[in-house]
Amino acid sequence: MLFELTEDQQSLRETTARYLSNVVPVDQMRKLREHPAGYEEEYWRQGAELGWTSLLVPEERGGGSLSGGGLLDATLLAHEFGRHAAPGPFLPCNVAAAALGAEDPARHGQVLAELLSGSAVVSWCFSEGSPGGHRPEGLSLEVSVRDDEVVLDGVKRPVESAAQAGHLLVSGRTGDGLTQVLVPTDTPGVALDPMQSVDLTRRFWEVRMDDVRLPLDAVVGEVGGAGAPVEHQLQMALVLLAAESVGAMERAFDMTVEWAFDRFSFGRPLASYQELKHRFADMKTWLEAGQAVTDAAAVAVDAATTDAAELVSVAAAFVGQYGGELLQDCVQIHGGIGLTYEHDLHLLLRRGTLNRGLLGTPALHRRRIAELLGEREER
Amino acid sequence: MPPGPEDVTDFGARARAWAAATLPEAGPGLYEGVFRTNVTEEQEAAEVGRERQLQRMFYEAGFAGVCVPREYGGQGLTPDHQRALNQALAGYEFPARLQVPTFTPCLAILLEFGTEEQKRTHIPAMLRGEELWMQLLSEPGGGSDVAGALTSAVRDGDQWVLNGSKIWTTGAWFSDWGLCLARTNWDVPKHRGLTVFILPLRQPGLEIHRIEMLNGSREFCQEFLTDVIVPDGDRVGEVDEGWTVGVRWMLHERLLYESPLVTFASSASTTFASTSFSSLALAAGRRDDPSAQELVGEARMLDVVAARLQERIGRGIGAEVFSDQAAAIARLFKGTTSARTRTIAFELAGTTGVSWTEADGVLADRGLDYLMRQTGCIGGGTTEMARNVISERVLGMPRERSLDRDVPFRDVPRGPSSSPAGRPGG
Repeated sequence: MLFELTEDQQSLRETTARYLSNVVPVDQMRKLREHPAGYEEEYWRQGAELGWTSLLVPEERGGGSLSGGGLLDATLLAHEFGRHAAPGPFLPCNVAAAALGAEDPARHGQVLAELLSGSAVVSWCFSEGSPGGHRPEGLSLEVSVRDDEVVLDGVKRPVESAAQAGHLLVSGRTGDGLTQVLVPTDTPGVALDPMQSVDLTRRFWEVRMDDVRLPLDAVVGEVGGAGAPVEHQLQMALVLLAAESVGAMERAFDMTVEWAFDRFSFGRPLASYQELKHRFADMKTWLEAGQAVTDAAAVAVDAATTDAAELVSVAAAFVGQYGGELLQDCVQIHGGIGLTYEHDLHLLLRRGTLNRGLLGTPALHRRRIAELLGEREER
Repeated sequence: MPPGPEDVTDFGARARAWAAATLPEAGPGLYEGVFRTNVTEEQEAAEVGRERQLQRMFYEAGFAGVCVPREYGGQGLTPDHQRALNQALAGYEFPARLQVPTFTPCLAILLEFGTEEQKRTHIPAMLRGEELWMQLLSEPGGGSDVAGALTSAVRDGDQWVLNGSKIWTTGAWFSDWGLCLARTNWDVPKHRGLTVFILPLRQPGLEIHRIEMLNGSREFCQEFLTDVIVPDGDRVGEVDEGWTVGVRWMLHERLLYESPLVTFASSASTTFASTSFSSLALAAGRRDDPSAQELVGEARMLDVVAARLQERIGRGIGAEVFSDQAAAIARLFKGTTSARTRTIAFELAGTTGVSWTEADGVLADRGLDYLMRQTGCIGGGTTEMARNVISERVLGMPRERSLDRDVPFRDVPRGPSSSPAGRPGG
């Protein structure tokens, strides 16, 4: 978290933290385990009123950031989502809102308005299960134009909250370029298969598109011209995932520090054992480091600086790798209770684990960092 | 109306223009490591001389001591101005050797605890590149237990007589002055019997011995003090209250390149002295090997994160969100990261890492760096000490039990290796 929050930012963060504590406390989270959507519609609609969907959309299109840096503002929310392991399609809705908000005001205005108000969900269909399917250049779902129609063929997975979404924002390939299409979920040829997930409340589907035909005005942006927007959406998504994971790390760490003071063995608190103290020191260092690089990445993406792509992958690689280590060490220090369903720790472990792999594993991001470094040095 | 402080943006622009017009561009590898073995004493002395000149140029152009008050030769500006200067210097040469420990911790300590006369005598000379300072802090028998200093200072009228030995001073042989922690009272617990002095390094009674490290580097020195006379006017802080100074001393030391008193060339997202891991993979013919690419990416990731973490901790301490003790967080990360990145460089070098010729370019010497891998986890307080500080002072966990807290220092148990005679039987 930044040190110098404005009053508006502080209030956004606190309102959301209070709302999440009241509406989805941990016993409610456990009940949502069996819920088909993983969240209540009313919960999401009220969240939208708190600003959950609007930060990445320009003011003239019905959104508005607090600080001028919409992504940085949104990381404050993502952090609280992480701390609470909160339910809801926060990530896909915000990415879709950013994409639609960047459109010509005459296009897709109705869908954007419903998305902003929380009355409808739009999910971003980006990843494909294939190798390279986590990068724009690796996408293979085909988007072609035939006569006055746009035609989609291919498979996307995992797609978050696909069954709750009225529309799907699909990123696919057109020749050498990319195209994005806003597909009503009930269009003929669209099929959804539910998937399993490590998270308790976030739900994913495999989305198959078999000769899905839509009028040309379903396209978002230009046919074949979506390379840069998709890269930007991916950067925003990765920053939000990292910020959420840092929130989960922070909460798990806080819980474990408290445990170390409360739990006695051999007549002394766990917190008095140097071996454990040193591991807490390492964890504290990873936590601060993860926060530092995630904030830096958010600022860089907001300002579109030349190092934004690298910082995003650094944040994803670091938070993914060290966040995983931190969360597992929290389990270890808790002992057996840390592996039970009854304990709250797994909610955070689940969230960090999901985010670690959703848009490229740490290993893939390490390679991406090397690739960017190589490109820069060749210039 | 007196003019207010110069706007940060204007200051940065002025610094950029000056750097472009005045400073030589930094060649590749210029600031890679201070433990080099391929530099002769004459070359090193010449480089130090050259850096003193560079420092003089900074001083004359009004870019030395950005955060040092004007009455002591500085610019009286803010840490934001210093950051702007650091950014303006990206890609240019700057007096790297003069920064640490001269400006932090030595200048910082003089500013905080020095007498008016000490400040007026030494700080402008430091800023002009005329005085290079060293810290006479660690002792052969001390290690991380700095407050257990055995170097003694005995009062003799209005002067003090110092005897003992200090160690791990980097480049004491080319430096001018030292800040020295000594024991002035053996009948009180260890933290309450220390006093800080300043003294010229070139004088009779002070013998400087260069230590050869396992890679052949001779940067580190050990000093032997035999009846060194220090006038009472060169005492810093009160008698027996040296630990008050010492605590701040070590904090300033830990701040390193995040200290607003230190100048270094930075670019937006690269660390100072960052090795190009990509060029290592290229030289090793492993540019397209995915396992090598992962290592390159990991090294780069750690470098970028270390820089961002240090920035965060520096800002947090400045904004008083973190206590000063949080500097140990950046120190720990930097230590573990340097160990890991040296391992990666060694790994990328492959067989050339263990046997090489000059013609191997960037791959040469990586094995020696690897042999010296733990340097970053030991120097400036070990990572174990940093972990103690973080867990005890930042997280508030119970302190380790110690046997030297409330007893007179002369009664504290000492192992055979720290007896004045040195090793057992020696």
